Amino acid sequence: MKVRISDDALALACGADAVTEAFVQSGVEVERVSSWGMHWLEPLIDVDGVGYGPVTPEQVEAIIAGTAPSIGRIKDHPFIAKQTRLTFARAGKTRATSLDDYYASEGWLGLAKAREIGPEATINAVLQSGLRGRGGAGFPAAIKWKTVADAPADRKYIVCNADEGDSATFADRMVMEGDPFMLIEGMAIAALAVGANKGYVYIRSEYPHAIAKMEAAITACAHLIAPFEIEVRVGAGAYVCGEETSLLNSLEGKRGEVRAKPPLPAIEGLFGKPTVVNNVLTLAAVPWILTHGGAAYAAFGMGRSKGTMPVQLAGNIKHGGLFEVAFGITLGELVNDIGGGTASGRPVRCVQVGGPLGAYIPPSQFEMPFDYEAFGAADALIGHAGITVFDDTIDMAQMARFAMEFCAAESCGKCTPCRLGSTRGMETLDQIIAGKNVDANLALIADLSETMKYGSLCALGGFTPYPVMSAIKHFPEDFR
Amino acid sequence: MTTVADIIAQHKGREGPLLPILHDVQKFFGHVGDEAIREISDGLNMTRAEVFGVVSFYHDFRKEAENRPVIKLCRAEACKARGVEDLVPLTKGQDRVKVETIYCLGLCSVGPAAMLGNTVHARLDPKRLTELMANA
Repeated sequence: MKVRISDDALALACGADAVTEAFVQSGVEVERVSSWGMHWLEPLIDVDGVGYGPVTPEQVEAIIAGTAPSIGRIKDHPFIAKQTRLTFARAGKTRATSLDDYYASEGWLGLAKAREIGPEATINAVLQSGLRGRGGAGFPAAIKWKTVADAPADRKYIVCNADEGDSATFADRMVMEGDPFMLIEGMAIAALAVGANKGYVYIRSEYPHAIAKMEAAITACAHLIAPFEIEVRVGAGAYVCGEETSLLNSLEGKRGEVRAKPPLPAIEGLFGKPTVVNNVLTLAAVPWILTHGGAAYAAFGMGRSKGTMPVQLAGNIKHGGLFEVAFGITLGELVNDIGGGTASGRPVRCVQVGGPLGAYIPPSQFEMPFDYEAFGAADALIGHAGITVFDDTIDMAQMARFAMEFCAAESCGKCTPCRLGSTRGMETLDQIIAGKNVDANLALIADLSETMKYGSLCALGGFTPYPVMSAIKHFPEDFR
Repeated sequence: MTTVADIIAQHKGREGPLLPILHDVQKFFGHVGDEAIREISDGLNMTRAEVFGVVSFYHDFRKEAENRPVIKLCRAEACKARGVEDLVPLTKGQDRVKVETIYCLGLCSVGPAAMLGNTVHARLDPKRLTELMANA
């Protein structure tokens, strides 16, 4: 009997250690692996490929005896079988920091390929794949790499943005806690492509488990990526440091204030040197692309959104978790068919896609395909592909107010529209909620949103209007 | 016994050493106080204003020690969608545990979620949160 239980933060938060202990007490050996990403079933117990979940320590005896009800073979579960797992191919199957497991599952093949074909062909493979930045902006990764590669400098950096602060996103965390070598391999390939000597992974302090796994993995494979070196740096609770220039300032030991662009980080980045700043998911997609070829990756997806996206289903959703799928799937399929609607069983009122800066989308727009361009056309954004589901008990005026409150709490203070606009916006929404001068105040919010959208230096102030204005547009009844 | 000087010496040779130093000072002493700021600014040849500016920018760094257990309760959108606001009143009217708001622990499919030290807790309901606070 081979028992596998995840040791990622979410499984631990759901009680995986106590269940593991119960198996060990019964004399059964347990292998701690990454999470399958079926979060409503955590702690999910894998017994010779058959799943049980969510399991409590009291149920362990019955599982060992073979009398507990199972969910069947995990890999055949519809939630898993409907996915296209490229980045999450190892999820649930391998031990996060085991080099043996990584070697046995196509590990290091991408780096070997990059070393064989050289920097230019490596960048071409990424270009051919159509890979776009998964952090939110959707900028073509290969163009950024080419810019850094062409910039003459004595020192260049690869910076992995692992400051995953958007609510409803956890894919970066799952990569770092479940498959850290894949991210390291991606960084090493990027380093080879652009001629960088040093890499930093900037991880938010709210992720202690990810920090520990990444540090262990970096130590374990240092000899495989040398002379390239990687170091983990820990954030300090500032959401805005997920913005790339603010992150660079933070890495330099400064206040995490946003920098004006230009100069682009690709030209003058960390310590003034050419720097690739990529999100975890962008870099994690690279080993697969090098191993299987850019064309194979580009065969997935639609339009200019190529490949797969690890979509994160969160909030009030029945089947929450990680769902990696080719671009083009509709929002409705994700929320209703895959996600099973709300966890509360009440009707879906709306979803927020793309974190605290993403628009609220009502069910009437659920036919929209998951595609950068389609979302952009609807004044919405994919962002880091987190989807928060809300049921019909949610008060959208309160959510609009929260968007301003969050922006005020997290603004770096560098630019006026964001620093002042968020606080004034919160106060104005308080007036609206209190029923004072509603029409005039709504007009004021619309005007303020325009100023923030076009006048802010970065996406924090610039995109906060999306949740605010979408809430007002789609749910006007909540504001009166 | 680790001193602030030890911590500075340990990190001084690194690129951008200030944040690692501040994290270690906070870890060993529970806060980053005025005296530590003075030592760090001397050690890194920065002004005290510069170091203070960095300390005050980041939510993680405390100017004064917190002797109570600290529970960080997530109140971001996904946890709101799962009812965290209904739990907030439970954290009021007591002084034994410090309950702070945090935005996102990456446990957005199983919220409401909270962190105590480095341990994480999910699917909080009134009973579980009360237990967590009682045992903190």
